Amino acid sequence: MDLTRTEVAVGKRGAAARLGLIAVPVAFFAVFFAYPVAAIVARGLKADGAWHLGRIGEVLAQSDVRHVLWFTTWQALVSTALTLLIALPGAYVFARFDFRGKQVLRAVVTVPFVLPTVVVGTAFLALVGRGGLLDELWGVRLDTTVWAILLAHVFFNYAVVVRTVGGLWAQLDPRQEEAARMLGASPLRAWRQVTLPALAPAVAAAALMVFLFTFTSFGVVQILGGPTFSTLEVEIYRQTSEIFDLSTAAVLTLIQFVAVGAVLALHAWTVRRRETALRLVDAAGTARRPRGAGQWALLGGVLVTVVVLLLLPLAVLVQRSLDAPGFGYYRALTSDDGGVFLVPPIEAIGNSLSYAVAATAIAVVIGGLAAVALTRRDAGRFVRGFDALLMLPLGVSAVTVGFGFLIALDEPPLDLRSSWILVPLAQALVGVPFVVRTMLPVLRAVDVRLREAASVLGASPWRVWREVDLPMVRRALLIAAGFAFAVSLGEFGATVFIARPDSPTLPVAVARLLGRPGDLNYGQAMALSTILMVVCAVALLVLERLRTDRTGEF
Amino acid sequence: MLLSLRGATVRFGGRAVLDAVDLEVAEHEIVCVLGPSGSGKSTLLRAVAGLQALDSGRVSLDGRDQAGVPAHQRGVGLMFQDHQLFPQRDVGGNVAFGLRMRGAPKRQQAERVQELLDLVGLPGAARRAVAELSGGEQQRVALARALAPSPRLLMLDEPLGQLDRSLRERLVVELKELFGRLGTTVLAVTHDQGEAFALADRVVVMRDGRIAQSGTPLQVWQRPADAFVARFLGFENVVEATVGAEAADTPWGKVPVPEGAPQGTRTLLVRPAGVRLVPAGTGLRCTVTARTFKGTHVAVHLQPEDAPRLEAACALRAAPEVGGEVGVEFDAAEIAVLD
Repeated sequence: MDLTRTEVAVGKRGAAARLGLIAVPVAFFAVFFAYPVAAIVARGLKADGAWHLGRIGEVLAQSDVRHVLWFTTWQALVSTALTLLIALPGAYVFARFDFRGKQVLRAVVTVPFVLPTVVVGTAFLALVGRGGLLDELWGVRLDTTVWAILLAHVFFNYAVVVRTVGGLWAQLDPRQEEAARMLGASPLRAWRQVTLPALAPAVAAAALMVFLFTFTSFGVVQILGGPTFSTLEVEIYRQTSEIFDLSTAAVLTLIQFVAVGAVLALHAWTVRRRETALRLVDAAGTARRPRGAGQWALLGGVLVTVVVLLLLPLAVLVQRSLDAPGFGYYRALTSDDGGVFLVPPIEAIGNSLSYAVAATAIAVVIGGLAAVALTRRDAGRFVRGFDALLMLPLGVSAVTVGFGFLIALDEPPLDLRSSWILVPLAQALVGVPFVVRTMLPVLRAVDVRLREAASVLGASPWRVWREVDLPMVRRALLIAAGFAFAVSLGEFGATVFIARPDSPTLPVAVARLLGRPGDLNYGQAMALSTILMVVCAVALLVLERLRTDRTGEF
Repeated sequence: MLLSLRGATVRFGGRAVLDAVDLEVAEHEIVCVLGPSGSGKSTLLRAVAGLQALDSGRVSLDGRDQAGVPAHQRGVGLMFQDHQLFPQRDVGGNVAFGLRMRGAPKRQQAERVQELLDLVGLPGAARRAVAELSGGEQQRVALARALAPSPRLLMLDEPLGQLDRSLRERLVVELKELFGRLGTTVLAVTHDQGEAFALADRVVVMRDGRIAQSGTPLQVWQRPADAFVARFLGFENVVEATVGAEAADTPWGKVPVPEGAPQGTRTLLVRPAGVRLVPAGTGLRCTVTARTFKGTHVAVHLQPEDAPRLEAACALRAAPEVGGEVGVEFDAAEIAVLD
């Protein structure tokens, strides 16, 4: 009898420890996500102490709102289709071909994904906008058409498809296809019957991710969309900061919330399917040198795509920033002249860096605790539900987070409006999902028996974590921190709501400069964007060196 | 008794993986638990190590009940099936791990590491990375790591399972010598009878979470407890028989039994050496269906008319051709009545 009781006690102690671990992230999300979202709901649907669900119908009945909804959806669909079309050959090339400079190219391809939306918008403006490269050469301007937005979206999400699909593709055993060939299938048939079904869930997951990112696109559309094109996200911002119709903004946020929730649920489902059914091999052994004209042409095509689509806009951005003699635009950043800000624009660099450091620290602590608590595969339904919940801020859009902070955290007991911590908190909220997604697979991959081996050799549970888990996740922790850093650095949608006018971040400063007329402002925007791009690219390249497994989602 | 299990039971979802097991291991004894996969032998080790909680029963070490004592305080060593060396530490770091956990001073750690690496035949390997070791070397490092803190009981889970055959046969002799020299108390589990018989002072055969037989290797080999143990040891010629005073009625006809064998309905084991081939026309008529070379002899598979197959062991030169007809006679000395 004694024995049974002791064991129950041990089990309870473990559960209590897990609950303790997860309590901090849960509290964080309750206060800084659930509470603001609830505030948005109340703001949108509650008036004079009563609920008015009819508001949803009223807002949806407005023709301009329906137009925004329609545009948001179809541009996301087209962007996703275009991205798949252009990036899938890239995924194949990275998975199956071995060629010189592959590592470098892989890093180059990933850079756009961590670039701030504002930088991407600016870069495409420099390429296809008024006075842009194409305008100068052939008089072609795309910034008045939807193409600028679509191309920028492809630029952004190319890496998502290459990483998720290519990562899996590289780990599929080529001998499976060979087995099908030996059983009489033609190469195409073998691919269709063996590889495609294995790949389909990854393609679906990547497509859903791209759809999500483009559906909630803010910075790119804000800069490239002009007055013509507006996504839900941009419309929410416009309603809040220009028209001051908070109630309509709240209803729009709710609509977006529901749409994003549905896409995320679908995504979680496809990811689960991807995890279960496949037998994977080491990616290092599946690639070989291209053979024959067709394969070399494919490789060449992918290289040209990367150069034209990914490198050219960034090159033009840098070139434009240097257009004034003697680094004129850069030097202009240091002087307080235009009256755009209360401080010289260059101070935005310091602001951005210190905000990003604080946000990274918060995201790593919160995300790290959540990942440790989620590590156990036998975690209960509550814990697994939390896993999905953690992804919400990623998709629920930065504007929702910023808007929520704005209306929820401005009165006691949580009056943070005037506190500098508000910006890092919002950025951390967006960064946590990246931390969890990076840490969780690594933590789950630690062999349970390795922990047991340490335990039998006399290590207490805390010692086991320090001696076995920590050395293995140290690298993942650094990568997670790097991602959180890059994300906070480029965060625009939430920050633009809550950053104080006298302490703008880099993306906010760029957007504000672009909103002003004149060559000097334009040039300064290009210069600031270039600085931001360099910082993010350096951060990413450092990460690439740290990264060993390439199976992660990001 | 150093280790004693009383009624140890572990259930996974209603199924008893360990079913009221009683087992004792004396100091300096080497006990090998032998059984097919899924018989519960690994669970047995995990229960002793404290990695698996018992549903009922008790585990005692040195007479002290271990209920509520967590794995890291039990002071037993466990060598895992696939070694589980810590990949981010070098060989020395792995071997010193247990000493470090016990707070041994650095100098003592270094001395002990050197001593153990010498002992397992890897002198000077302390600075090598774990990843560059061969399977056999990994096995030696895992052994050194488990021995370093001088555990009162050393447990081995399929210690040689993943190594190739010739290495296995060499290492099992080395292990036996080493444990004898150190006076280590060992509880090992394996599915390989050769390994168990070579290593153990006492063999425990497990089946479906229960102990089917326990005895010295010779006892178990000569008199398997029942048909399951006999078949698990690789004997094919096992049948139900009605045993009389001098002979038994079997599907193969009258078979002589040793003097003093228990009588009645019994399980009869005929070792291959007890199946003597004679010219066709005498004895039981059989067709030769297959021959397999076993190095020192040939196993000849025979199909009698209307009776179960028989396996005979015969000298390399005397083996009959496949498809040929032979006669079979039985040798009482190589026949055992089980149960």
